[in-house]
Amino acid sequence: MDTVFEYREVIISGTLVTISLAILSLLLSILCGLAGAFLKMSQSRALQKVGNAYTTLIRSVPELVLMMLIFYGGQVALNNLGAATGLWDYIEINQFVAGVLTLGFIFGAYMAETFRGAILAIPKGQLEAAIAAGMSPYKVFTVVTWPQMVRYALPSFANNWLVLVKSTALVSVIGLHDLVWNAVAAGRSVQQLFSFMIAVLLIYLVITAISDVALRWVERRYSAGMVRG
Amino acid sequence: MEPERTFSDYLRSFSEGASPLDFMLVYDHLDRFFYGALVTLELTFLALALGGLLAIPMAIARAYKTPFLNPAIWGFTYLFRGTPLLVQLYLIYYGLGQFETVRESFLWDPLLSSPWWCVLIAFVLNSSAYTTEFLRGAIETTPAGEIEAAKACGMSPFTRMRLVVLPSAFRRALPAYSNEVIFTIHGSAIASLVTVQDLLGAGRWLNGRYYLAYEGFVTAMVFYMVIVFIITRIFKLAEKRYLRHLRARDTADPPALVAQP
Repeated sequence: MDTVFEYREVIISGTLVTISLAILSLLLSILCGLAGAFLKMSQSRALQKVGNAYTTLIRSVPELVLMMLIFYGGQVALNNLGAATGLWDYIEINQFVAGVLTLGFIFGAYMAETFRGAILAIPKGQLEAAIAAGMSPYKVFTVVTWPQMVRYALPSFANNWLVLVKSTALVSVIGLHDLVWNAVAAGRSVQQLFSFMIAVLLIYLVITAISDVALRWVERRYSAGMVRG
Repeated sequence: MEPERTFSDYLRSFSEGASPLDFMLVYDHLDRFFYGALVTLELTFLALALGGLLAIPMAIARAYKTPFLNPAIWGFTYLFRGTPLLVQLYLIYYGLGQFETVRESFLWDPLLSSPWWCVLIAFVLNSSAYTTEFLRGAIETTPAGEIEAAKACGMSPFTRMRLVVLPSAFRRALPAYSNEVIFTIHGSAIASLVTVQDLLGAGRWLNGRYYLAYEGFVTAMVFYMVIVFIITRIFKLAEKRYLRHLRARDTADPPALVAQP
């Protein structure tokens, strides 16, 4: 473990990449998830179909397959498009951007299910009462829907976040210098992969444990005033 | 008279013409994908079966708070559920070779130096950790009345476990188990990263061999989708059969009363 400590700078910089990747992907997945939930619950049949296709398709394919398809295939598609339209020259997708886009897009499908379930769990009478009281649609969303939706969505949201954090390890496969990539590279060079992998496991455990505490705090905050059964 | 076109002629002309994907190439190498699908299914099935066998005693020990065992198993499941499967696989496949004793032990040659076995070991441990936790939840939620009834019938603790607690816990765990099966199939894709030729491995092979960007991945994706779709269907049917007693009754249309003689 002494050697691992000597390589602490590489490990710490990798950890920061992993954490920022996870947080940015989470933000994108929330946006994709809200869009997906609204598509699935829209009045239009066609939009519902689009939303359903998004959530079922993405959730039936392994993350790694989608990630490779988007990273390698997306690169070629983007350059073909650039060549065909003449709008841009050869570009190379950055691994970090590819990772954020892929993870955000994939977990958006899971988030869509979470949000849809949470919105459906709000009693319809409350929304009707809010409209009857003369609230604008924006006010209904911020005062009635959002606070309750967060409470219903939190357990499943927390689960999605933990799965997302673990999925960030896959981005090392397409060459992003994250925690896993750096640790494998350092471990190879000193022939001590076991110690380095144990260090990586421990860092992931710490991230999970901190998220657990934070999410529990948020849960308490949003269930203020709830009577517990 | 126009000559009759076979399916492969049609595929060839379509691939050479309008299609962005070369279907002909995929069609020619379809056997590799089927073989890869077999490897994926084999790994998934073995991981679930062995993981499940390990999980049953661990779940019982957790549910009944067995001293010493309970905290130890909690530590095991926390470690394996809180960290990426990829890192667990690297730890076993790359990491164990760090130690001279492991490299010289009798396990090295047949098992720990082979990627397939390392993948299987990682998957079994990972799957058993997840299965233990939801099975524990199912055992803990056994209705107290069922256990009291079993005691009143004079069943020994072992019989009680075998005939009452476990069968009803397995039923309650069924929806969570279908998620675990799909999660294991998705997770199995990382086997290709340590050179196992699974479904994704076949896709990567095709792309690498012909310098393609989409065909291999898209084909692998379709195969995964079909597999997941079939498994979801099977679990829906199983739930319909084994969780019949938990389904909401259709009150609008009550079953006709049996005429009393």
